[in-house]
Amino acid sequence: MPKTTATADLADQVAEICARHAMAEGPMLPILHDIQADFGYIPEAAIPVVAKALNQTAAEVHGVMSFYHDFRSAPAGRRTVKICRAEACQAMGANDLADTAKARLGVDWHGTTKGGEVTLEPVYCLGLCACAPAAMVDGQVIGRVDDARLEAVFAEAGL
Amino acid sequence: MKDFIIPNWDETDMGTPASKATEQVTLTIDGFPVTVPAGTSVMRASAEAGIQVPKLCATDSLEAFGSCRLCVVEIEGRRGTPASCTTPVAEGMVVHTHSPKVKKIRKGVMELYISDHPLDCLTCSANGDCELQDMAGAVGLRDVRYEGVENHFEVRQNGEANARYIPKDDSNPYFSYDPAKCIVCSRCVRACEETQGTFALTIEGSGFDSRVSFGAKSDNALASDCVSCGACVAACPTATLQEKSVIEIGTPERSVITTCAYCGVGCSFKAEMRGDEVVRMTPWKHGKANRGHSCVKGRFAYGYASHNDRILNPMIRDTIDQPWREVSWDEAIAFTATKLRGIQEQHGVRSIGGITSSRCTNEETYLVQKLIRAVFGNNNTDTCARVCHSPTGYGLGKAFGTSAGTQDFDSVEHTDVVIVIGANPTDGHPVFASRLKKRLRAGAKLIVIDPRRIDLVRSAHIEAAHHLPLRPGTNVAVLSSISHVIVTEGLYDEAFIRERCDWDEFADYAAFISDARHSPEATALLTGVPADAIREAARLFATGGNGAIYYGLGVTEHSQGSTTVMAIANLAMMTGNLGRPGVGVNPLRGQNNVQGACDMGSFPHELPGYRHVSDPAVRDVFDKLWGSKIDPEPGLRIPNMLDAAVDGTFKGLYVQGEDILQSDPDTKHVSAGLAAMDCVIVQDLFLNETANYAHVFLPGSTFLEKDGTFTNAERRINRVRKVMQPRNGYADWEITQLLANAMGAGWTYTHPSQVMDEIAATTPSFANVSYELLEERGSVQWPCNEAAPDGTPLMHIDGFARGRGRFIVTEYIATEEKTGPRFPLLLTTGRILSQYNVGAQTRRTENVVWHDQDVLEVHPQDAEVRGIKDGQWVRLASRTGETSLRATITDRVSPGVVYTTFHHPDTQANVITTDFSDWATNCPEYKVTAVQVAASNGPTEWQEDYAAHAAQSRRILPAAE
Repeated sequence: MPKTTATADLADQVAEICARHAMAEGPMLPILHDIQADFGYIPEAAIPVVAKALNQTAAEVHGVMSFYHDFRSAPAGRRTVKICRAEACQAMGANDLADTAKARLGVDWHGTTKGGEVTLEPVYCLGLCACAPAAMVDGQVIGRVDDARLEAVFAEAGL
Repeated sequence: MKDFIIPNWDETDMGTPASKATEQVTLTIDGFPVTVPAGTSVMRASAEAGIQVPKLCATDSLEAFGSCRLCVVEIEGRRGTPASCTTPVAEGMVVHTHSPKVKKIRKGVMELYISDHPLDCLTCSANGDCELQDMAGAVGLRDVRYEGVENHFEVRQNGEANARYIPKDDSNPYFSYDPAKCIVCSRCVRACEETQGTFALTIEGSGFDSRVSFGAKSDNALASDCVSCGACVAACPTATLQEKSVIEIGTPERSVITTCAYCGVGCSFKAEMRGDEVVRMTPWKHGKANRGHSCVKGRFAYGYASHNDRILNPMIRDTIDQPWREVSWDEAIAFTATKLRGIQEQHGVRSIGGITSSRCTNEETYLVQKLIRAVFGNNNTDTCARVCHSPTGYGLGKAFGTSAGTQDFDSVEHTDVVIVIGANPTDGHPVFASRLKKRLRAGAKLIVIDPRRIDLVRSAHIEAAHHLPLRPGTNVAVLSSISHVIVTEGLYDEAFIRERCDWDEFADYAAFISDARHSPEATALLTGVPADAIREAARLFATGGNGAIYYGLGVTEHSQGSTTVMAIANLAMMTGNLGRPGVGVNPLRGQNNVQGACDMGSFPHELPGYRHVSDPAVRDVFDKLWGSKIDPEPGLRIPNMLDAAVDGTFKGLYVQGEDILQSDPDTKHVSAGLAAMDCVIVQDLFLNETANYAHVFLPGSTFLEKDGTFTNAERRINRVRKVMQPRNGYADWEITQLLANAMGAGWTYTHPSQVMDEIAATTPSFANVSYELLEERGSVQWPCNEAAPDGTPLMHIDGFARGRGRFIVTEYIATEEKTGPRFPLLLTTGRILSQYNVGAQTRRTENVVWHDQDVLEVHPQDAEVRGIKDGQWVRLASRTGETSLRATITDRVSPGVVYTTFHHPDTQANVITTDFSDWATNCPEYKVTAVQVAASNGPTEWQEDYAAHAAQSRRILPAAE
C-alpha cells in the first residue's frame, strides 16, 4: 500500500492526463512529461494513479521517473538554471562559472534558493559547444556565459 | 539416518533457464565438445560440460540479463568478448571461457565491484553463502587498486554523513534489505517480476546512483506492493536481501527436502538446519509443484512450530468446566481408551467416531480411519474435506470416474484460455497464481467468474478478458448459460464428444441446455451478469485454444456444489479440453493433504481408493489384513455426528488436527454437539477452539517433526521428512497407534513407510508407491500402479477412467438461503494471502503484520445507506447468529454483497453461516448467507461470552510434581 494517497483533485487531473494517452504505445513517458508540465514536478501521489492507469506498479513508474534527471520529485524554483558541465564547456571555464553560481546562490547542485527564486542544475551537453560555456535558463539556451551574464539572469529572477 | 537422505539431484546453478527446443546443437567449449538444445546460452552449455563461467547477475531461475559483465568469453571468429549468458550457442561454435584476455577483464570488473562494497566478510550474514565472495575467489582477486571517492556503504565519509548511504530496511518481519551490500545485479527485481509477478521492486536512478527500491520513493519493503514471497531473497547473491533468521542464527549446515504443510499446492522446500533448529525454509528448485518458488506462508511462517502456545504434554479432565490436568502419555492414553470403550459398552459400537485431518500425512489419515473401522468397529469417520472439496470428489467421480484434478501444475504453461471460478489463487494458492500469471503475461486469456474483483481480474501486467461478477449462489446458472451459448452456437467439439463420450447422452444434455431458460439473456436477471459478457466469454473459451478450468471453494461450498462441479466437467468435455497438457479440470485444494485425506478412506462410506464400504470384495481385502470385520453400513458424516450428539446417541469423538468449532458452519450447533458428548479427544498443536469442549488433549507434532507423505492438488505424493525430534514426544501416527493398542489393536508400525506399504498393498491406485520410489523420483502422481509405473501427470489421455465421459444434466435450483427485508445482503467468505484457514498457525507468526483481524468488505453504496464508515465496527447478523468486526469500504465487492475472511476466532464468521449444505455431499454452504450489516460499538455479547468461555476452558493446572 502506498503511503501517499492522492487528493481527489490531483488524482482526477492525473487520471485525465493518463486517459489522453490511453491509446498510445508506450505512454508512460508522455504521461510523465504532461504531469510535469501541469504541476511543475511529479508529485509522489501521482505515481500510484499513473501505475493504476497503465496496469503497472508504483515501483515501475518510480523506476522510469527516477531514471531521467529531468523529471522532478519536488517543485523547482521559479527559474531553473542549468549549467553545462560537458567537456567543451569545462575547457572554457564552466567549472569556475558553476562555483560562482553556487556561491552566489548559496546552494549546491539541484538546490533551490531559500526564497524559491532559482534552482541550479548541472546538464551534460546542450549541443552548444561552439559557444561554450553554455547554460540553459528555463528552456532557453544562452552561450558564452560569464559571471556578468549569469548575474543578469539571477538579478532578473529577483535575487 | 535413512530419512535425512536428500534425493540426489544436482543443485548447480546453470546460469540461464533450460531451452525447450528439440533441435540439438554441438559446439566446442575449452576444447570439449558439448551438445545442447538450440537456444541454450553459452553459459549453460558450459555448465552442462562441467565448466563454471563466473557470473553475478545470472541465475537459472531468471532470463539472462547481461549486466554484470563477469561472464564474458571469447568466441572464435567473433569480435570482442560477448557475455556468455546472453549469447546463444551455434553449431560449430568454438568458445574459450578462460583465455588470458577474459581472465583479465573479469578481474578488472570484480575490482570495480569490490571498490563499492564493504570488506566486512567475516561479520557479514552471508559469509560462506555469498556469490560475490565466491566470484572474487574464482577470478583470483588479490588487490583493489581503486579507492572510491564516493561510495554507498560508508555511513560517514570524511567526517560527514555520506549522502549516498541508505540505511538498512528492516520493515519486513522476515527479511532485511541492506542497500550498503547491494551490487545492483537486478536479480531481485527480475525475480519479483518473472518468478512472482508482483513487480514490487525496481531500480531507481541511473548510473552510479542506481539503487534497488521497494515501491516508490518513500515506500519501504512493508509499505510497497511486496507480498513477501521471498523470491528476491532467494535470488540475491549477497547479504543485501537476507532472511533475518540467518542474520540471527548463522548459515545452515545441512538441509532436508520436505513438503510445505500449508495449502494444496504442496511446494517442495529445503529445510535448512543448524543442529535441530530451522535456519530457513527455501523453495527447492527440483520441486515439481512449485519449480523453485514459494509464498510468504511456506517460506517464512513456520515459527508456530516453536511458539509458546504449543502444548507439549497430554492433558485430561473429567468435565469441560474443569481446568486441564497435565498427565503422562500412559495415563492420557489409558484414560481415553477406557472412556471410549465405556461409551461403546453403554451406548453401542456406533456411539463413537473420529475425524481425520487434511493437515496430517496420508499415513496418519490412513491409520485414523483404520482405528475407527478396525478398532472402534464402525464407519464413523469423516474429514474436513466434507466442508471443502467433497463435491469435487463426488462430481468428478460421476463425470470422469476419478475424484481428482486432471492435470499437473506444469500444464498451465501450455494453456491458452483459463477460467478461474470461485477461487482466489493469488491469496489462496499463491505459487500456482505466480505460474498462472506468468502464462497470462505471455498472452494466455483469462475469464474470472467471481462475485468479488479478485487480484487476478486486474493487477500489474495482467488483466482478465472477462470478469463475470455473479451473485453468490448462481454458479450453476452462469455455467449453464455458458454451455448454452457453446451448444446453441455450435462451438462444441463434436469429434471429441463422439470419440470420448456417449453421443446420445450428449444429445440429451444438448436438448436440455439449449432450452431458452438457460440462455444468458434469461439467466442475467438471476445472476446479475450481463448476457453479452457471458456470450463473449463462452465464445472465447470454446474457440481460444487449450482451455483450462481452475476452481476452488467458491464452487463447492454451495447447496449446488456438486452440480457446479458437474457443470464444469460438462464444459470441459464439450469443448474437448481434457487429456492433454494445457487443459483440464483443476480443483485448487485448500489444505496440504485434502486430496490425500480423501484418497485414504476418510469418508464414512468409502474405504481407501474411493471404494464403497458396501462392497464385500473391498471389505474383504482390508478384513484379511486387519483381522477386522468392517461394518458394511456407511457411518456418520460430521454434521450427522453433531446431530446425533445433540440427540444423545453419539458420545465420543477423536479429532485429529482439525478445529471443527471454528471451521465448520453454524458454530452454535457445533458447540452444542460437542458439549453433549462424554469424551471429546483433540489432537492438535494448540488448544484450539474445539479443545474448549474436549476432555482429552493429545499434543500433536508439526510437519517438521515426522515422516510421511502429503498428496497435493495435482495428485502428487510428496515426501514429508522429519528434520527434528517431535517436541511433544511422538509423531501423530505414533499417538494414533498408542490409542489403537490401548484399545487392543496390537499394531506394530515402526515407520510410516510400513503404513505406505500397507496402503499400496490394499489400494490399486497406489499399488506401486513406496518410499524407495519416492526417494528415487522425488514425487509421483497417482494412479501409480502396473498400468502407470511412473505415475500419471495427466489423466484421461486416451479415455476416461470410467470409460466414456458422462454428461450430467445440471438444473439450477436456487439456494433456500434468500435475501429478504431483514437480511438484504449476501455474505460470502474467503481467505487472505498472509493467513491460512482458521489461522491457528499463521496467527502465531509474524504474518499478523499483514492481517491482524478479519474485516468486512462492504460496497460504498451499501455502506452509505447504512451510515457505515471505513474502519468502523459493524454488527453482522444472519438468521443463525451475529458477530461484530470492522468494515472496510471497497468496490471490490458488488453492491448487495459483503465479504469477510475466517482466520480469527474472535470474529467467528461461522456464527453467521447457516447449516444449508450441498445436496449430494453435505458440504456446507459457506459462500452464501443472507445478512444485515449495521453500525455498532464493538464486539457483541456473544463474542464476549465466547472469549470468557474460551479463557475458562483453557485453564491448565500446574503438573503434579
